Amino acid sequence: MKQWIRGLLPIGLLAVLLTLFFYYGPLGIFLAAFPPVEELTIERIVLPEPNHITLHVINGGPHPVTIAQVTVDDAFWQYWTEPENHTISRLAQLEIHIPYPWVEGETHEVSLLTSTGLTFSREIPVATQSPLVDSTYLWTFSLLGIYAGVIPVFLGLLWYPFLREMTASWLSFFLSLTVGLLVFLAVDTFHEALESADAVPGAFQGVSLVAIGIVGTLLTLLYLSHLKAGRSDKESPQGRYWTAFMIALGIGFHNLGEGLAIGSSYAVGEIALGTFLVVGFTLHNITEGLGIVAPIAKDTPSILRLVGLGSIAGMPTILGTWIGGFSFSPLWVVLFLSIGVGAILQVIYELTLMLVKRQEIPLNSAYNLSGFLLGLGIMYGTGLLVVA
Amino acid sequence: MEKKFNRRKMLGGTVGVVGLAGGAQLLGTPGPSDRSVPGAHEAGVMTTTGEVDLTQFDPSQFLEYFDYGQVSELPGGQTLREWEIVAIDQEIEIAPGVYFPAWTYNGQVPGPTLRCTEGDRLRIRFANGGSHAHTIHFHGFHPAEMDGVFEVIMPGGEFVYEFDADPFGLHLYHCHSVPLKRHIHKGLYGAFIVDPPEARPEAREMVMVMNGFDTNFDGDNEVYAVNTVAFHYHRHPIPVKVQERVRIYLLNLLEFDLINSLHVHGHFFDVFRTGTRLTSDEFTDTLMMCQGERHILELEFRHPGKFMFHAHQSEFAELGWMGFFEVQEPTS
Repeated sequence: MKQWIRGLLPIGLLAVLLTLFFYYGPLGIFLAAFPPVEELTIERIVLPEPNHITLHVINGGPHPVTIAQVTVDDAFWQYWTEPENHTISRLAQLEIHIPYPWVEGETHEVSLLTSTGLTFSREIPVATQSPLVDSTYLWTFSLLGIYAGVIPVFLGLLWYPFLREMTASWLSFFLSLTVGLLVFLAVDTFHEALESADAVPGAFQGVSLVAIGIVGTLLTLLYLSHLKAGRSDKESPQGRYWTAFMIALGIGFHNLGEGLAIGSSYAVGEIALGTFLVVGFTLHNITEGLGIVAPIAKDTPSILRLVGLGSIAGMPTILGTWIGGFSFSPLWVVLFLSIGVGAILQVIYELTLMLVKRQEIPLNSAYNLSGFLLGLGIMYGTGLLVVA
Repeated sequence: MEKKFNRRKMLGGTVGVVGLAGGAQLLGTPGPSDRSVPGAHEAGVMTTTGEVDLTQFDPSQFLEYFDYGQVSELPGGQTLREWEIVAIDQEIEIAPGVYFPAWTYNGQVPGPTLRCTEGDRLRIRFANGGSHAHTIHFHGFHPAEMDGVFEVIMPGGEFVYEFDADPFGLHLYHCHSVPLKRHIHKGLYGAFIVDPPEARPEAREMVMVMNGFDTNFDGDNEVYAVNTVAFHYHRHPIPVKVQERVRIYLLNLLEFDLINSLHVHGHFFDVFRTGTRLTSDEFTDTLMMCQGERHILELEFRHPGKFMFHAHQSEFAELGWMGFFEVQEPTS
């Protein structure tokens, strides 16, 4: 009992302090006459139809912000909002509708003028009607996802019979190659996560969210695989299948990120780029299938299991294109991508452990080193094809 | 940490010119109660959203208000005009819901329109009730110590400017403290009219001070106007009559942009440059002016109906510097 009181004492005192602070104020030191810091983010711009621009605005600053006027291309334009109140409280969102004759294929810029005179702008790089959630677009996006994510992963899985016949040294080579691929993917996904974190309103602390996502995922997966290992040995077929499953999961998260990139570039009208993007991702992703089957090359998994692994790794691309194409909140993107990094790091850890434990081939052998470097090289080379 | 808001994105440059005929729908004057949000397939309305509270400052009243000062006669028979002007820090509403932390003469932007006749003795008592050092610098002939440049009046301080009104014409007054740009664009300026000894012909007279506001202090104006409030005369057209002689005292106090201009639709006007001659210098419908330039315009409206007037820089027009004359038949 006494122990609990000791533990709660600082919290109780903190509550008293906060109460005093709110009731009596911090001796007026924060009551200066200058306007409050305002921070608005135009998260998303949708062009649902001709003569209509919709802005999704979020207040990431410490104070409520009142939107007074809206300009499009340096002209005041009448607008209406949902909800009707133009004041956005902290972390709240507002939809702004502007009836404006936007021009297909051209660039526009919208700017919000707040009651204190600050401006928050965002460009519409290429104006084109935003896709609506209907079967045509769902199918288009699904197809993009299948081309970029599902087909290459399954093609990669077809290396399975090839890997089966490998000697121990060459299998080590391919396992190292997989580690190389994954290290590249981890860095790439991490970079994307940080980039997306920039677009997240300040209050949501994008970069911290990336760190939490990565560390949280990594530790959770390590714990789960530890539980698993308790029941079945890592060196057993069951243990190796578990590793393959984790690889597929990590790659799946990574491919979700790629799907987001494809979907959003399609949505903002950069589909000419999108085509090249799809081809690039297809080549880039074929090696991912190889990575999945490398740990289980000496086992005999059923076709069903292989299909399952391929689906876990490939299908998220489709989901990504949907999310990217229809609604794009940087916050979710950051979360998905950082979970992906955590998952990939865990797999790298497991595979490295597997390589260390392979008694016949030392970790620092030429096979392992060249495999690892080649893995990085392949990813870098095929990455050149992705120019988005 | 990179700031998310953009202080330098109000790019200059040509935006789509509003068609004179075809844009009627886009430029329709929305009434105060007209919350008609156009249907999704209409192109919307190019103007501000909401209403400005006009109880603090009404540009429609400012337009035709001339302050002749406290008039008395000096022993020699010369007319003496006295004014009291106080510099005040005052927040003003320059567009619906947009509040600008202005520095003002007598709590308004532009300051009061001071009017006198050539040869009058002028005595302006200036008190600085603001938070920064200010002056009043008048254009016109006067001794160096009355120039409002070297005698900087500190907050709480006072000064009396005294000189003879000379020459007749349309002049201006503004603060000359440094940094000059900030002291002027924050609102310390006004019109200073010196009438010729023989009065100009009878006319309907109005003052138009072309100005703008850099609300986010990035060295670029966010809001443009004539007499401070964006689109004011667009919402509240100026009523005039057919064949009525209209005299406009037009001043350009716009900061940051190199030039400003006025264009009147459907009519031409005479230009009396700086108002210092009684003969017309030019007959035109579009007039370009540098900062500090001011001219007297005279025109008669031939046709009834709504005629637009605006800066012929489309960007300024679409950011607030636009209005209407509502020309009525003389009988109505």
